[in-house]
Amino acid sequence: MSLPMRYRVKHLYKTLLHLGKDYPRGYEYFRSRLHASFIRHKDVESTEEVEALIAKGEYVVKELEALYMLRKYRTLKKRYYDA
Amino acid sequence: MSGLRVLVGCKRVIDYAVKIRVKPDNTGVITEGVKHSMNPFDEIAVEEAVRMKEKKLASEIIAVSCGPTQCQETLRTAMAMGADKSIHVEVDAASYENLQPLHVAKILAKVAQDVKADIVFTGKQAIDDDCNQTGQMVAALLDWPQATFASKIEKANGDLTVTREIDGGLETIKVQLPAVLTADLRLNEPRYATLPNIMKAKKKKMEKKKPEDYGVDIGPRQSILKVEDPPVRQAGSKLDSVETLVSKLKDAGLVPS
Repeated sequence: MSLPMRYRVKHLYKTLLHLGKDYPRGYEYFRSRLHASFIRHKDVESTEEVEALIAKGEYVVKELEALYMLRKYRTLKKRYYDA
Repeated sequence: MSGLRVLVGCKRVIDYAVKIRVKPDNTGVITEGVKHSMNPFDEIAVEEAVRMKEKKLASEIIAVSCGPTQCQETLRTAMAMGADKSIHVEVDAASYENLQPLHVAKILAKVAQDVKADIVFTGKQAIDDDCNQTGQMVAALLDWPQATFASKIEKANGDLTVTREIDGGLETIKVQLPAVLTADLRLNEPRYATLPNIMKAKKKKMEKKKPEDYGVDIGPRQSILKVEDPPVRQAGSKLDSVETLVSKLKDAGLVPS
């Protein structure tokens, strides 16, 4: 893997870890699974494959952000707007 | 009117997802070791200010928070979302327990004059004390128009057209600047403070002030007598026949007997 790509993978991992702090089932639950899924692909060498995996990871980042946003919105809506 | 300066109030509250526990001596709720975050309604206010800046309506966003040292984290989040700088008005933990919307409103009003803000923007209420007073009081103290419970904000010439959420519908009003705005839930969907932005926010300027710097007396005006858990909902019961259900309903006077 080229150096800039290695950096991007690392950056993705850090971003996901940061998001994991708010995960409903706890940080440790999230971290262990995140770690396992990165380790599972540790031997992937080809640029295209790594590129695809990064894209998948970035998709997960967007999904998590949406999940948290929705969860917060729903909690507040239930608490203040549903009579 | 390009170049509006927006002052956004950000309160640090117990995170919305945390189960609140009352202290055994009924003097308040347990805050030690509990996750805190920015009041969700204030997050919406920050987001709206940032969008105003992206649309070139606003030139500068200043986040302000009153409270103990940990409030700086809240301000960092606001800056990570896009606020340009922040002011931390430090109130020690003991006085903070008695800090009420009136005190915060007085401080915010002074800060607004100090930084020459055109808009004071806050959440409509905080999710911890649910007071829903600060924005209104700031407007009164500054003698500025107010647009509370905003669910849509548009610029119209030199004024703002604000759609407000009211009971049973929406109200559209026009306010002249400077004005006080408070954000309702449906105004926008706040962005997530990403890691790189949090890092960048560390370089942004944070001023540290004291209530005395603004000449505000934070002596308590009210005292908390008691804080209690809401009553626990009574458990239901399963009935074995329609007859018992009907007789129970009759006993409760819910159907005519």
